[in-house]
Amino acid sequence: MEFREQHAIYQQVADHVCEMILTGVWPEGERIPAVRDLAMELQVNPNTVNKGYASLQERGLIQNQRGIGYFAAPDARRMIRNARRDEFFTNELPRILRTMSLLGITIDEIAGRYTTYRMETQSEKEDQ
Amino acid sequence: MIDVRSVSFAYRKKPPLFDSLDWNLEPGTIYGLLGRNGAGKTTLLKLLTGMLYRNAGSIAIDGIDPERRLPELQQEMLFVSEELPVPPMSISAYRDLYAPLYPRFDDAGFTRYLEGFETDPAESMKKMSFGQRKKALLAFGLATCTKLLILDEPTNGLDIPSKGQFRRVLAGAADDSRVIVVSTHQVRDLERLIDPITILEAGRIIFQHSVDEITSRLRLHVGPDRPEDAVYAEQAMGGFAALVPNTDASTSRIDLELLFNAATVETDRMSALFAKEAS
Repeated sequence: MEFREQHAIYQQVADHVCEMILTGVWPEGERIPAVRDLAMELQVNPNTVNKGYASLQERGLIQNQRGIGYFAAPDARRMIRNARRDEFFTNELPRILRTMSLLGITIDEIAGRYTTYRMETQSEKEDQ
Repeated sequence: MIDVRSVSFAYRKKPPLFDSLDWNLEPGTIYGLLGRNGAGKTTLLKLLTGMLYRNAGSIAIDGIDPERRLPELQQEMLFVSEELPVPPMSISAYRDLYAPLYPRFDDAGFTRYLEGFETDPAESMKKMSFGQRKKALLAFGLATCTKLLILDEPTNGLDIPSKGQFRRVLAGAADDSRVIVVSTHQVRDLERLIDPITILEAGRIIFQHSVDEITSRLRLHVGPDRPEDAVYAEQAMGGFAALVPNTDASTSRIDLELLFNAATVETDRMSALFAKEAS
């Protein structure tokens, strides 16, 4: 796994967990890897994974069942998607808009590409 | 668990290396011991394990002085040194000879680690390359399950896949009852694993803080200009890489090479910053 550069490592671990839940690799309501197992997989200090899990638990995205382990919350995907949308509109979009205006890219150009992209990814999904 | 108090040490006919060095280590994590060449990392680790005798001061591991070399302590310590022994035997013969000294030796783990490192237990250690021998001895060290595990420059001599394998195994080896100390120059090899960061410089421990403490106080800034409030800055791709005081709740990755340079060049400013309560 490649880590997103500037974030603290525990945040990168939390991002990784969100990604896994969002893409459905780790299903909602089901158990996620134990701290030690994820630490080994990502080659990070187990205490860092612990901190990443604690931050996700605080946000209600995962739940700790004592003695059993951590579980993805039943509606984790919706919550992650909402948080990601907020993040997109407050952090990512302003940067994109700035670049667009610098380079004279119109919203119509983007709209066309977006429609094509959606069609392509849609047919890929149907192929699978 | 490990308490080093006012330790002084000098090699014969050499100026003192340590003068009144204090160091405290608690179980549950992987200490990263950093220091420039000749700072005395290996010497300090040898003092810690009773392989060298100090001139003054005290060292206690669970209350026992390692200089006494009591079996009850020896069986709880393992040191994988940078200069490797060349035992004239196969890995499995080495295991048969030395594993009985360690009461919690993990045989299944040992086999697994050797497989992970792609080393053949039947091969003679004398005929192995440095890297292969290192992997065999790391596998043995990790399998001893001692309370104190010291790895001196563990990634030195390992090829790229072995480094990844080593990181995986080390991540799994940390537990609440163990002190693991890793000394390294290759900070990039291990920067997501070592925590706290310990820096040895000019005969003393000038810095020892957890990654949490570090990221709550410092933030990495990369940009075209040198920030005015930089604690430390270096020229880098795209202008400057700087450590600036962290003033908000967000945390960034900390570049360990930059941190090391900051701690050794701006020692007083860094101490002052870390003495304050985190904001």
